[in-house]
Amino acid sequence: MDFLTLLQVLDTSVRLATPLLLACLAGLYSERSGVVDIGLEGKMLAAAFFSAAVAFYSGNAWVGLLAGVGASVALAVVHGLASITFRGNQLISGVAINFLAAGMTVLVAQSWFRQGGRTPPLEGDARFNPIELPFAIGPTDAAAADRPLSQLIAEAGPLQQFYSELISGHSSLVYLALLTVPFTWWLLFRTRFGLRLRAVGENPAAVDTAGVSVVWLRYAAVLLCGVLCGVAGAYLSSALQAGFVKDMTAGRGFIALAALIFAKWRPVYALWACLLFGLFQALELRPDIIENVIGLKVQVQLLGALPYILTVVILAGFVGKAIPPKASAEPYIKER
Amino acid sequence: MDKMPKWADIVLIPLISLFLAAFFSALVILAIGENPIAALKLMVDGALMRSAGWGYTLYYATNFIFTGLAVSVAFHARLFNIGGEGQAMLGGLGVALACLYIDWPHWSLAILGASVGAACFGALWALIPAYLQAKRGSHIVITTIMFNFIAAAILNYVLVELLRPVGAMDPASAKFPEAVHLPTFQDMFSTEGSKLFRGAPANVTFFLALLACLVVWVLIWKTRLGYEIRAFGESETAAKYAGISPVRITVIAMLISGALAGMMSVNTTMGESERLILNSTEGAGFIGIAVALMGRNHPFGVLLAAILFGFLYQGGAELALWTSIPRELIVVIQALVILFTGALDNMVREPLEKLFIAMRRRNA
Repeated sequence: MDFLTLLQVLDTSVRLATPLLLACLAGLYSERSGVVDIGLEGKMLAAAFFSAAVAFYSGNAWVGLLAGVGASVALAVVHGLASITFRGNQLISGVAINFLAAGMTVLVAQSWFRQGGRTPPLEGDARFNPIELPFAIGPTDAAAADRPLSQLIAEAGPLQQFYSELISGHSSLVYLALLTVPFTWWLLFRTRFGLRLRAVGENPAAVDTAGVSVVWLRYAAVLLCGVLCGVAGAYLSSALQAGFVKDMTAGRGFIALAALIFAKWRPVYALWACLLFGLFQALELRPDIIENVIGLKVQVQLLGALPYILTVVILAGFVGKAIPPKASAEPYIKER
Repeated sequence: MDKMPKWADIVLIPLISLFLAAFFSALVILAIGENPIAALKLMVDGALMRSAGWGYTLYYATNFIFTGLAVSVAFHARLFNIGGEGQAMLGGLGVALACLYIDWPHWSLAILGASVGAACFGALWALIPAYLQAKRGSHIVITTIMFNFIAAAILNYVLVELLRPVGAMDPASAKFPEAVHLPTFQDMFSTEGSKLFRGAPANVTFFLALLACLVVWVLIWKTRLGYEIRAFGESETAAKYAGISPVRITVIAMLISGALAGMMSVNTTMGESERLILNSTEGAGFIGIAVALMGRNHPFGVLLAAILFGFLYQGGAELALWTSIPRELIVVIQALVILFTGALDNMVREPLEKLFIAMRRRNA
């Protein structure tokens, strides 16, 4: 395999890792505050539909993004009501949210567009288009030289290839997702809010004793989770693909959940875990590459299942130990 | 003293939750510009007013009885088995292997063999998460979710690479031999003059499901093991103190749960498609969660809830056929039922408890 093919695979990995990363960080906020969220998938799906639908009507991807975040936050509020206010079972609430999103998106899509549960394809500004970073070889250079882009990149030096192929040319949401990692780290580990948020996931009674509202903190975490899931969903339907199709999240919310466990609920580890799982997804699309490199035919089904298998191995504690926040999934009952 | 009379807990709360779910479903139908009353009438006509409609309703109900029982047995041990879907998928593999590679003289023997195959494969798929939960402390909800995806990958691999007949295009096994054909309701109940259950897939497996309800009831409430499972579910520390091994109960409860989920495939794979196909489970493993919640984890409740969901499934198919409401409406109803009977239980329960306490004070 040559250098350029490697770059192409890594480029695809980054694209595919972005929704995982956003959803994974979303889950991180929620679970660090003690609210388990297996409804990441549903929130992403709802956001994917509403962002694509509104982007189609408005012709503006950013307006679509807002609508997607709104839909996702609405489901997050439902999860908050069930698991914080009414102290219900957080896992069951997550299951319900996943089904609610799976059903509602198709129902509304059919009622609005009558295209069998999909939105019409998005074009132009209704999508998040690739950004060309300065000094990178991009479509404008190709147009100026009147030659195909791939040819121009193939002729460039390795450093320029690396820069143009892998670093440049992603949509703005990819860079946003990458910036969310240091931001999350800073928010959780360097601010008072972050300290309290982590404390409420470990020992809510202590936080309550200190006079800080457990309910408010958990709602804040669940809402942050909703916002990030919304961005992840919008990315899926209006950046990675051009429009919404039924069940387009295809288990990504659960891979994000797996990545969160793999990363042991830490933001920077989450980045690496999501990139790794993104690489698996990229290789699933190009099984020929593995065959060329290791000389063995690897089943695509195995690659698809690899994130789940690795997570089970990590959970089993055979390689490292993943310990969730102590108050995970436990509703907090204030003593009177 | 109990805050509420028992009947309120068993009957009133599920009914109120169901009413709330129905109310919101009606709002959803209104919002997409259809008439909820007309929709309900169409569903009742299509699912309950003809014998063929009942044939479909009971066919779906058979699936949901098995998966609902599976979830409820695990719930009794306070384990949330969300992996019914994966266990049912592998159960289907057990059915297919039993039907394809053993020469059965008669369907009655074949259904026994296929049930054993389905139960073994389903139980095996629940064993690993159970062991990891009991011995290594890995959360069973997460592992069973992961195992659903792994099961789908395995089934895909087996169907595409191993069981697919030479030259066939779609990922499915060969057709099962004629000898393992299960009698359908049409075969059993039609007379010379009148054809009943025409073309409906309901088959003899329904009676197997009824038997499973009875067996689970005896197991949970009339045996020592059932007592231990319930004791463990009520309080792990108390159960330990009474000499009940948490590892043993976790593993046994999950084995039973996985076996029940797997047996669902006897109905779909042997009774209906008569070959193993991808996605024969069609989400029935997840509907088991709604069914168990609504049925309050009691086999009789599970039976009623399964028939209700069977009605919704068949009615939903009728709606999709005659109106522009897609089948996904059922998924929304299912989500609302899970939400109100499961997650938002306290929203209904707390005001009701206050009401009963207030009434008691006034009477006293």
